Amino acid sequence: MRPLADIYSVWWADLRMLRHLWFRFLVTSLVSPALYLVAFGYGLGRGTTVEGTKYLEFVIPGIIALTAMNTSFSSAGMKLNVDRLFYRSFDEMLMAPVGSVSLVIGKSVIGVVRGLVICAIFVVIGLALSSMSITPLFVLTLLVASFLFAFMGVLAAMMTRSHQDMATFTAVLLTPMTFLGGTFFALSQVPDWLKALLYIFPLTHASLCLRAEALGKDFPWVSFAGLVLFTLFFFCLSVRAVRRASI
Amino acid sequence: MNDSVITVENLVKTYGQIRAVDGLDLAVNAGEVFGFLGPNGAGKTTTIRILTMLTRPTSGKVLMNGFDMLARPIEVKRGFGVVQQHMSLDRELTAWECMELHARLHHIPGGERKSRIEELLDYVELTAEARRKVQDLSGGMKRRLQIARALVHRPKVLFLDEPTVGLDAQSRRRLWELIRRMNQDGATVFLTTHYIEEAEGLCNRVGVIDRGKLIALGSPLDLRMNLGLVTVQTMTNGKVSYSFFPDMESATGHIRSLGPDTKTIAVRPSNLEDVFVEITGRKVEEES
Repeated sequence: MRPLADIYSVWWADLRMLRHLWFRFLVTSLVSPALYLVAFGYGLGRGTTVEGTKYLEFVIPGIIALTAMNTSFSSAGMKLNVDRLFYRSFDEMLMAPVGSVSLVIGKSVIGVVRGLVICAIFVVIGLALSSMSITPLFVLTLLVASFLFAFMGVLAAMMTRSHQDMATFTAVLLTPMTFLGGTFFALSQVPDWLKALLYIFPLTHASLCLRAEALGKDFPWVSFAGLVLFTLFFFCLSVRAVRRASI
Repeated sequence: MNDSVITVENLVKTYGQIRAVDGLDLAVNAGEVFGFLGPNGAGKTTTIRILTMLTRPTSGKVLMNGFDMLARPIEVKRGFGVVQQHMSLDRELTAWECMELHARLHHIPGGERKSRIEELLDYVELTAEARRKVQDLSGGMKRRLQIARALVHRPKVLFLDEPTVGLDAQSRRRLWELIRRMNQDGATVFLTTHYIEEAEGLCNRVGVIDRGKLIALGSPLDLRMNLGLVTVQTMTNGKVSYSFFPDMESATGHIRSLGPDTKTIAVRPSNLEDVFVEITGRKVEEES
């Protein structure tokens, strides 16, 4: 077995497809975060401050975390779900002499790459519109978060039995995270019992880490550790799901 | 010729209370085209999924090319190729990219990859379509591409699951020629089909599965001889029945003995369809 070569081989197919469809990908991936930026950054939050920070500066790191989640999850998960259930082309990979760890990582990398590309565009926008700063920890957090949500996408794609199940997964898990995961408001604004509840969302920790680094505040190492643990958790579950799908 | 490349011993797969495969024993010989027939719900699809490593058996043993499927899965996966019934190709990739992906997944070195893809696309007469996207190919072309892809890593065993379903007559005949050629070139072929002429024309041996068990095994001629080489189809009071005889003489004797209420509809050589219907009680077409 050659894990790195196998990971690249699995990734290669998605990469070729991205080459064919890059424009469609860019347009569809940029629409939602751009709308969030305009609606919340300029519309709802114009002239307001959160924890002493202009709302626009506050919300941009959150939107970057949110973009990492949505793009990585859907890029890894949606295509895999369609390949597995509709075209059944994923069977070819399950029947190839490739280990399940390589399969999971290979299928996740496309989500990570696409997530990072879109986030990079928003980082540039953020740098132009606010005084946010980019640090190595910011990049590391973004990378870990992208892997986390890509693994979550792979897990969802492997567990669901229909495309509708995938939509249900998104509605039940991703949509609450979108609006409650610390993207658009500070956790200090909600009651303690709700704050405790919101910490179960991986996106909350990604938002906290990215915002702290972007705004030059103390880095929340506990949240970063939580992010890493979530990543390992979803990775292990994804490997288990792939192993259960074949011998 | 008689070494087994696939050995299945007491294979069982249960889903709750249902035994989809119920103690299946089977041996497929090196170099043969083996036909695997069975009515709907007989356990055929489950068996194929187990043999192609997509479903884990509940119990039993499968050896392929001498490797135990559960103990040495990677080695087993290196030794077989699969053409699935559905078009399991990435629509957005080109024909060449589909081939290259498979070659990469099977660890074909870069230098060899190009020449082997060229050779196989030529083999299935798709060289001119190499740069076309899969979604733009005809059904027959896609099927040939699937076959070429399955051969990239030079497997010893090739599983063809209903390879000609949905193809027109011309594409089907072209594919039969290709299957014969692959077999002559050394591949052992494990074929499922519900086209009876396909099984009769291509297979050295045929196995029939029903209710998870192998209920008949032999060459098409052997199976016909066991049943009777001549079929007499008669109708009595609107009800059609079939009788089988070892030769035309005994069939003719039977026809002479029929009463006035019975009409003879046809006297013809028996075929695998007759064998299938007699032992399973269902028509082959009903299976898919």
